[in-house]
Amino acid sequence: MAAASGTESLVTLLSRAGEDLAAGWVDRVSSSLGGRVSKAEVESELRELYTALLAALRQESVDVYGEAFGELRALLTELSRSRARQGFSPTETALSVFSLKQALEPVLSDGNEDDVRAYLQLSSLLDGLGLFTIEAYTRTREELIAAQAEQLLELSTPVVKLWDGVIGVPLVGTLDSARTMVVMEKMLQSLLDTGSEQAIIDITGVPAVDTEVAQHLLKTVVAARLMGAECTISGIRPQIAQTIVALGIDFGDIATKATLADALRHALRRAGTTLSTTSGTGVAR
Amino acid sequence: MTEPAVLSITGNNGVVMARQTVRSLAQDCRLSLVEQTKLVTAASELARNALIYGGGGTMTASIVDEFGRRGVRVVFADQGPGIADVDLALTDGWTSGNGMGLGLSGSRRLVDDFVLDSAVGRGTTVTITKWAR
Repeated sequence: MAAASGTESLVTLLSRAGEDLAAGWVDRVSSSLGGRVSKAEVESELRELYTALLAALRQESVDVYGEAFGELRALLTELSRSRARQGFSPTETALSVFSLKQALEPVLSDGNEDDVRAYLQLSSLLDGLGLFTIEAYTRTREELIAAQAEQLLELSTPVVKLWDGVIGVPLVGTLDSARTMVVMEKMLQSLLDTGSEQAIIDITGVPAVDTEVAQHLLKTVVAARLMGAECTISGIRPQIAQTIVALGIDFGDIATKATLADALRHALRRAGTTLSTTSGTGVAR
Repeated sequence: MTEPAVLSITGNNGVVMARQTVRSLAQDCRLSLVEQTKLVTAASELARNALIYGGGGTMTASIVDEFGRRGVRVVFADQGPGIADVDLALTDGWTSGNGMGLGLSGSRRLVDDFVLDSAVGRGTTVTITKWAR
């Protein structure tokens, strides 16, 4: 009963404050966004929110996750998503909700007891809605990050043709299971597509080779062998070589080279391509 | 003395963060490139162990100054099932999972000080130190 009468006085308060309140809210929000969203846009967004809020309150509900607030939540989700995509901070996004409190503050100074109680009720309601907004914001950011990580995975594993019958796979950064899968798939497919029998995996850009990376590399080499291709691993710098020895990893009979140039020379020799040097310029045929 | 960097390892991302944290500390401590790489690799192994076998854990890394030598000390702690046979776990090529079985034993060779404290049901704590020469 108390809650019901509460929303009633809240609805009364909001409808009475009406236009002034809306204008104050729009002013605060658009100034907090620093002009990156036009005032007209902010106004139309907030007006929708305001209407939905009033509609929900008229159903005498104060449960943010209740049915009455469904439309308002949908609107807030939409708002958070667009803010997150445009690169606004969580604070700037949540202020769209919390500013309504500040806009309503003037009623406290000359308001009666009912108004104050209504304000407090709205305040706790807006806290809930603000948190909901931040949650929606975070979710969108997480989706964005996941999508970017996936794109990066694709981007960061190019397979390049180095010579007729020789492909190169330059690896940069961390080599985890997910990336190894992508690398392996792309490399094996390229071996088939280009009819290559030599592949060079260059790990110059891999900062540390631990047992997991080594295991992934070994598996990739074995898979290539099953297809009748030979793999050379290049880019083994002095510090990497010493680390691999200390770890006790055995690369077996897999050819490893310090530089990509060495690996290419090795691969060409294995492919039966002869290199000849004429007066200081290296020419291969 | 710097404040120790504490990091929780709960996913693959944690292993990457652990490597980066240790690398930057190793650079601050002026470890040579070879020593940096060895320490980072050991940290990578132990962080992954804490994640895979310990079900996640924490890493505490700091620069230490003892008896006039400076070094980087990293502590990996997890609340996992613990190691029943420490000697066996430190044998090259032995693994209870599907790795190469070189992570723990290899890490010991990569660092200067290696202390493994583990008991069944109590979790595992590994402390490694690499001194600057």
